[in-house]
Amino acid sequence: MAEPRMMDIKDQPGFRTVAVICLLVLYIPVLILMIFSLNSGSLVTHWEGVTLGWYGTAFLNDEFHAAAKNTMIISVTATIVSTICATLAAIGMTRVKPWRGLAAAFMVINLPLMVPEIITAVATLSFFALIAGAFGLNFGIGNLILAHTVFCIPFAYMPIRARLEDMDLTLETAAADLYATPWNAFKRITLPLLVPGIMSGAALAFIVSFDDFTITQLVAGPGQTTLPLYIWNQIRRPMTPEINAISTILLMVSILFVSVSFLIARRRAK
Amino acid sequence: MGIAFENRVTAPQLPSRPAYGDNQTGTHLPTRAGSLNGVIVPEQPGKNAIEVRGVRKVFGTGENQVAALDTVSVSIRENEFFTLLGPSGCGKTTLLRLIAGFDFPTAGEILLHGQDIAPLPPFKRPVNTVFQSYALFPHMTVAQNIGFGLEMLGKPKAEIEARVTQMLKLVKMEALKARRTSQISGGQQQRVALARALAPQPKVLLLDEPLSALDYKLRKEMQIELKRLQHETGITFIFVTHDQEEALTMSDRIAVMSAGKILQVGSPRDIYDRPAERFVADFIGETNFLPGTVVSKKSGVATVKFASNATIAAGYPEGFDPTGEVTLVVRPEHADLVPDPAKGTVAGTLANIVYFGTDTHYHVKLDGGENFIVRHQNSRSAPVTYATGAKVGIQFEEDAARVLKD
Repeated sequence: MAEPRMMDIKDQPGFRTVAVICLLVLYIPVLILMIFSLNSGSLVTHWEGVTLGWYGTAFLNDEFHAAAKNTMIISVTATIVSTICATLAAIGMTRVKPWRGLAAAFMVINLPLMVPEIITAVATLSFFALIAGAFGLNFGIGNLILAHTVFCIPFAYMPIRARLEDMDLTLETAAADLYATPWNAFKRITLPLLVPGIMSGAALAFIVSFDDFTITQLVAGPGQTTLPLYIWNQIRRPMTPEINAISTILLMVSILFVSVSFLIARRRAK
Repeated sequence: MGIAFENRVTAPQLPSRPAYGDNQTGTHLPTRAGSLNGVIVPEQPGKNAIEVRGVRKVFGTGENQVAALDTVSVSIRENEFFTLLGPSGCGKTTLLRLIAGFDFPTAGEILLHGQDIAPLPPFKRPVNTVFQSYALFPHMTVAQNIGFGLEMLGKPKAEIEARVTQMLKLVKMEALKARRTSQISGGQQQRVALARALAPQPKVLLLDEPLSALDYKLRKEMQIELKRLQHETGITFIFVTHDQEEALTMSDRIAVMSAGKILQVGSPRDIYDRPAERFVADFIGETNFLPGTVVSKKSGVATVKFASNATIAAGYPEGFDPTGEVTLVVRPEHADLVPDPAKGTVAGTLANIVYFGTDTHYHVKLDGGENFIVRHQNSRSAPVTYATGAKVGIQFEEDAARVLKD
């Protein structure tokens, strides 16, 4: 007689098949996109031979350079500012006596995750239009940075808060017992232990900002093309494998950041 | 929050009578005469290190109010190994946290060498704590952990280094000073936690059940180690435990607590031999309870009559006036079996014999219906052997019985 065991979902008939199909559907298109970036022909549907030429074309493309520069300026600034805001918010919501409205504040910070992005995009656009109309103010690329910062905050907030909640509060008590003022206890104990959470939050914020399309498309003015916008503009014309090459570069940057975030998370779990 | 953020704590010059407080921003650590490794004679012999006066601590509000401490007063002397002993929830940890400054009393005063420290935050009190979970800083080495308190006090680097080396030697951890705290064993973490709390030479060291996470053998070792450290440093130790054996073996004096109150303060011998109340007798060690009637009393000794008409002289605590029906307490080792029931003060049937190696417990069902345990130390010479079911008598040693408040 077989030993009674916990149900193992892997043993269910068809489970493996479904899992393999899911993974194929997810990754085959991406794989094809990457493969065609090496196509020596000029069509993205007809394979001719192997070349790295399209990467060369992309790197020499001034529009690509401009878009990449805009993307970096916006993403890096938005990441730094949103991570600082998220860190302060997380500390203000975990290291204080419970205050009225704490639950509401938590909701407000995380609501952007639930609101459809197109709504946020339209709202942001109207907001900037209103400011421009009423006060004649236009911050140029600052508009995009501001918009990105705002929607990055909840993404940066989540891992930082999780890290703060996991932290043993006795450590801060022990620091106070050993003559550390509240500021010193924060600087010497809380902050160093929080760094993995902050790094992880920053990496998430960067990814979200780096590949944002909807909000950027609506808010961006002339000369403020980011990489996702550039790719979108290119595919409306006859496509060459150059776009595959650019997409692959973007994908690699994303993967790099996700990996860094994951590795940091794993190290802190040790 | 009303706490000012500061970058550095400075140690101000001490006035003759130091004021820990209010307007002062610094913690001060009194300098101590004598070396750390020698036994230090207290500056003010016989003075109290800590005086707790009428302290109440209430948690919660409205209907959910719970008094964790119900108007507690106790004095802890300098250089003393003082233990707060009681079951969980008795308020012993709350009292420790109030002395450390992690909580603030609802009412009352806590004096440290005469100054009220109750309103001060923990970083302004020359009192350090060894936590139950050790609370070592995981991102620092053993040496950095030990030096943390001195660093926060703004001591010069050379002084910190010298002191850390001294502390490492004191707790025998020199070889592991560069390790992360996650790379050392539980017993070693315990030693680091002790060294870290002792390094700033606190006036009082608080220990919150520090041995509870260790296994039996290591615990026994650390008990001796703690006594040695207390002796060598001359610092007042306040030790919290629910383990009565730990309390009896280590303490100079013990305060037995229950339900937010201190029931009795005394030396281990006082507490064990002359418990003030039934709870204390029951909580510390094994005890037999016997019903009886007071027939007369004279200068602290009552004559109590059992149902069998036998009488016994029993002491009672000061301030207690036993009358009528009372409960007598007798420790199992203060009684002896006799084969002839008629020769015992009380008599019964031997129900069970339990062998413990060092001693044997005889469970006797008394004729009155109560259970009574007699403990007999085993020796090489085989004395009278008893069989279960036999009728036996029980004799009491002189002063064995006491009348206690229920």
